[in-house]
Amino acid sequence: MIPVTHYLILSALLFSVGVAGVISSRNLIVMFMSIELMLNAANLSIIAFSRYLNIMDGHVIVFLVLTVAAAEAAVGLAIIIAIFRNRATINADRFNLFKR
Amino acid sequence: MQYIFLVPLFPLIGFLLNGLLLGRLKKSVISLIACASVGLSFLVSVRLFMELLSLPAETRILQETLFTWIPSGDFVVNFGFMVDPLSAVMILVVSGVGFLIHVYSVGYMHEDASYGRYFTYLNLFVFNMLVLVLADNYLLMFVGWEGVGLCSYLLIGFWFEKQSAADAGKKAFIVNRIGDFGFLLGLFIIFWQVGSLDYMVVFEKAPILFVAGGGLITAATLLLFVGATGKSAQIPLYVWLPDAMEGPTPVSALLHAATMVTAGVYMIARSNVLFMMAPTTMAVVAIIGIATAFFAGTMALTQNDIKRVLAYSTVSQLGYMFVACGVAAFAAGIFHLMTHAFFKALLFLGSGSVIHALAGQQDMRFMGGLKKHMPITYKTFLAGTLAIAGIPLFSGFFSKDEILWKAFSSDYGSPWLWIIAVGTAGMTAFYMFRLLYLTFFGEGRMDEQAKHHLHESPKMMTVPLIALAVLSIIGGYVGIPHVLGGGDNFNKFLEPVMKGIHGEAVEHALLSAGHSAALELVLMITSVGVVSLFIFLAYYFYRKNSTAMGQIRQKFSWLHKVLFGKYFIDEFYGLVIVRPLVNFSLFLWKIFDVIIIDGLINGMATIIGDISTVLRPVQSGKVRSYATIFVIGVMVLIGYFVIR
Repeated sequence: MIPVTHYLILSALLFSVGVAGVISSRNLIVMFMSIELMLNAANLSIIAFSRYLNIMDGHVIVFLVLTVAAAEAAVGLAIIIAIFRNRATINADRFNLFKR
Repeated sequence: MQYIFLVPLFPLIGFLLNGLLLGRLKKSVISLIACASVGLSFLVSVRLFMELLSLPAETRILQETLFTWIPSGDFVVNFGFMVDPLSAVMILVVSGVGFLIHVYSVGYMHEDASYGRYFTYLNLFVFNMLVLVLADNYLLMFVGWEGVGLCSYLLIGFWFEKQSAADAGKKAFIVNRIGDFGFLLGLFIIFWQVGSLDYMVVFEKAPILFVAGGGLITAATLLLFVGATGKSAQIPLYVWLPDAMEGPTPVSALLHAATMVTAGVYMIARSNVLFMMAPTTMAVVAIIGIATAFFAGTMALTQNDIKRVLAYSTVSQLGYMFVACGVAAFAAGIFHLMTHAFFKALLFLGSGSVIHALAGQQDMRFMGGLKKHMPITYKTFLAGTLAIAGIPLFSGFFSKDEILWKAFSSDYGSPWLWIIAVGTAGMTAFYMFRLLYLTFFGEGRMDEQAKHHLHESPKMMTVPLIALAVLSIIGGYVGIPHVLGGGDNFNKFLEPVMKGIHGEAVEHALLSAGHSAALELVLMITSVGVVSLFIFLAYYFYRKNSTAMGQIRQKFSWLHKVLFGKYFIDEFYGLVIVRPLVNFSLFLWKIFDVIIIDGLINGMATIIGDISTVLRPVQSGKVRSYATIFVIGVMVLIGYFVIR
């Protein structure tokens, strides 16, 4: 059986990829996908612990997180489309209206 | 039924109507409201006076409490009015003379653009003065006292577009504030000791609670007197009154005759019980009074502005009233106050009529020969001049002589007081006849254009003049002294108010037995002789031989300069008080306020602004940089907890 540390390392790697994606990418879509990546990294560690400790609570939480993520994806994509319609771009660095 | 409140109510209604409907009424309606309101309160005053007369002398007092004004623990002040012989005289004078001045103003101000505003202020003035004299406690009196001060500011500065008028209004107000402060402090002492400000209570308890001649009562009365010097234009606070000339002429008449300046004399006469307990204060009052009478008289000698001569004459006559108060002849002071109200109002309105005819010219050097152009003004003015000079049978004679006699014979008086007072009476005669000759006699010195415009004033102005002239002639007959076969009725009427410490009538207690009627007659004849001499001098210098005056003036040019410069008191005050105050204010403004206070506030703002400038780049508005900082922060936190 694969030890729980492997799962955790994979989860941390996935999370780091997500963080790097959010920080380094200018594309809103890519940033959005990176956020999803981080969410799923968290999901992975939760499910790993759930299996390791033999408690079913983790599964429930993961389902909940997935549901929320789906809803969030719908809203987030809708916002991105609205922004694109208005500004004809999805470059995150162009959206600094608060600065002015 | 009580109806005292009607007396001040009518002018208040007039004030409210004219004030609230300012600029929406026709001139005729405005004047009707203003005159009728004061006229009505005069009628009520007459009715009250009759009612008072019908009562036996000892119980001549009508009181009416409208409501409790300030109920605060032990400190209770009622909004109440009181009519006793003293306030009866005052309301008759205030509303009567006030009414005549209102009527006169209708003619005088008919071309002024701010007609409504003028009558609004005038009614408010009369209202405040009536509250002042009708109040039955010191605090309500203070309300009227302050109100009169406010109205004097408004009316003196009536033509506020003119810088000098605005300044004069300010001066009157500020100088009066100094006096008011003293008055208020005096009230505090009285309340502290007596625990009430009600006249009845104060006068009843004061002889028990204060040590006669002690420091406290002396301080209290001196402070009250400071208030009186402000309102009644005595040394050292008289400076505002000559400048009050900047207002319209009827206002000067109202200020100088019926209201405002009489307030101080009234207040001292009202507080006679307190003043009688402080001999030091009495001496101070008499000395200040005689000094003011004398110095103001000398200042009037050289002035060229017709109203300015009258203004200094007012200051001088007020000095007489204070002499009377200072020698415990309070009734004589009030008597002179009344006759002075008649003839001084007459003189001011007469000079207004002259100024009106000359289209605003006030300088006597450009007058002359008006006698034939303005017969009514001339005749009435002559009556006023004779009255103020103290010619026998005119009102001023009786009241002034009463004061002179009391200054000589009273326990508080002295022959020195009498000598200076007689000298001042001579000067009064001199400057008044100088004014008369310069204005009405000789050749007209105005330019040709003005000469053509000369006209007698309209009926609206001459009728009040005639009424006042009649009063100036007969006004003194209410107080013919015993020595001339009269009944001394005025003194008798006021006697119940002028009680001494032990309840006896002051007048009787003070007249020393040694002075006989013969002495009184001799003194009277002497003073009339002095006055006649000075009238002759005026006649000689200004009618007969006008070059002689020029020679004298050259010989004593320094004296003329000093007198013409009014002893440079204004300049002195300017140097010693006003300039340092202005400089100190400038320091407070430019150094303290601008640099220190503003510096602190602005400094704080600048520091915070600088910090923000440094921190601002952090807020780039870019999502990715926020996310980066966020991640770094999380990593630092995690690192901290891991390492710990």
